[in-house]
Amino acid sequence: MSSVRIPPVLRDAVGGTRQVDAAGDTVSAVLDDLFARYPALRERVTEDGELSHFINVYVNDRDVRYRDGLATTVGPDDTVILLPAMAGGAG
Amino acid sequence: MTNHMGQPYIRQASVVESLRLAGDGRRIIDVRETSEWSEGHIPTATHLPLREVAERIQELVPDPSTPLLIHCQSGARSARASAELAQLGYGDVVNMAGHIGDWKKLGGAWEEPKQLLTDAQRIRYSRQMLIPEIGQEGQRKLLDAKVLLIGAGALGSGAAFYLASSGVGTIGLVDDDVVEESNLQRQILHTTERIGMLKTESGRLAINALNPQTRVVEHRERLTADNVERLIADYDVILDGTDNFDTRYVLNDAAIKFRKPVVHGSIYRWDGQVTTFVPFEGPCYRCMYPTQPPPELAPACSVAGVLGVLPGIIGLLEANEVFKLVLGVGQTLAGRLLMFDAMGTTFDEVKVWRDPDCPVCGVDSPFAAAAETRVEVPA
Repeated sequence: MSSVRIPPVLRDAVGGTRQVDAAGDTVSAVLDDLFARYPALRERVTEDGELSHFINVYVNDRDVRYRDGLATTVGPDDTVILLPAMAGGAG
Repeated sequence: MTNHMGQPYIRQASVVESLRLAGDGRRIIDVRETSEWSEGHIPTATHLPLREVAERIQELVPDPSTPLLIHCQSGARSARASAELAQLGYGDVVNMAGHIGDWKKLGGAWEEPKQLLTDAQRIRYSRQMLIPEIGQEGQRKLLDAKVLLIGAGALGSGAAFYLASSGVGTIGLVDDDVVEESNLQRQILHTTERIGMLKTESGRLAINALNPQTRVVEHRERLTADNVERLIADYDVILDGTDNFDTRYVLNDAAIKFRKPVVHGSIYRWDGQVTTFVPFEGPCYRCMYPTQPPPELAPACSVAGVLGVLPGIIGLLEANEVFKLVLGVGQTLAGRLLMFDAMGTTFDEVKVWRDPDCPVCGVDSPFAAAAETRVEVPA
């Protein structure tokens, strides 16, 4: 099982936790496992069945855009990070 | 050659004789401390403080047969250094057994640095000038630096105080808001009695109370596509503490065009992010986030809430980046996004790459010189 870091804006979709374990040996399989268990998360980060462009996905510290995208392999000790941009600043 | 005690023999030379030896091309080693060296030295001398002799002599003088002339202030430390060099196998070592003041009186070459700082500045910034990477030259760079803070709010507050206290000469504040009571939980530039005052004015009062020498420029406006180029043109580094995506993209694109490094910070409740964008050397904001999230996934502090200390921490990490950019030392966060989780007190980091398809800094950038459009893509 790999670990998936959930960004603060999406934590309410996974019961408020920062990190969840997920099964799967690719980013795509890991996301499918998460979405099956947390349907609210699927609604928040997919459009027409595809992962929304505003979510950056990293396996450990590497952006999957520069690897194999959603087909990037994920090992059992890897950490998958989901990261949308944060706006907050001066406020 | 050794003396009767079996110690290596060190030739002692008067100042007059030393002047002649130096004229013959003997290599001069000054073993005084850095603070003494920086107040003046023999222009052809190599600086090697006494305590570093054993460690660094081979790097500075690889050939042990090189004729050496060792000096300090009075001849005492140089005698110790000379003995040490002889032990290390340097065979032609002469100690200048005299005062460096006599060297100057007798017309020996001497170079004093131009005065980069006033006496008051030397006192005020003395603690940080002791740091080898700063010194007098680094302090001068800070005093000459112009840093623009976009937003005189939560991220800008802590950063502004430390930039000012460290002697950053010019701080620009861009903000059109007034101080509200609900700001004060985190925007520590402002005070209860200044509620209702423009944040730029309140910020100027706070900064100048800490450091009256800091030049504070008030830009009483919001950063927009229409004014961004005018606002950033005169500054060296920009600290981004804005609160919305539109402004971040507008700032990014202008900063690429004008080649201004931008230090980026953002916060949400217990989480913060920091990175540094150096145009054409590392990725930009669009490389990192090509698409902005919908508004419901990016609420402002006023909606989502924010812990007061979090923007303090993130703002100070931003200030730290500014110092390195101005001083030209260390490794900035260019190409790395640092993520801080205040709840777990953890830092994580991911790599950020320049995107060859980036519309502002990629291979088709309208703002780049040809050599700058080469974008290295990770294997």
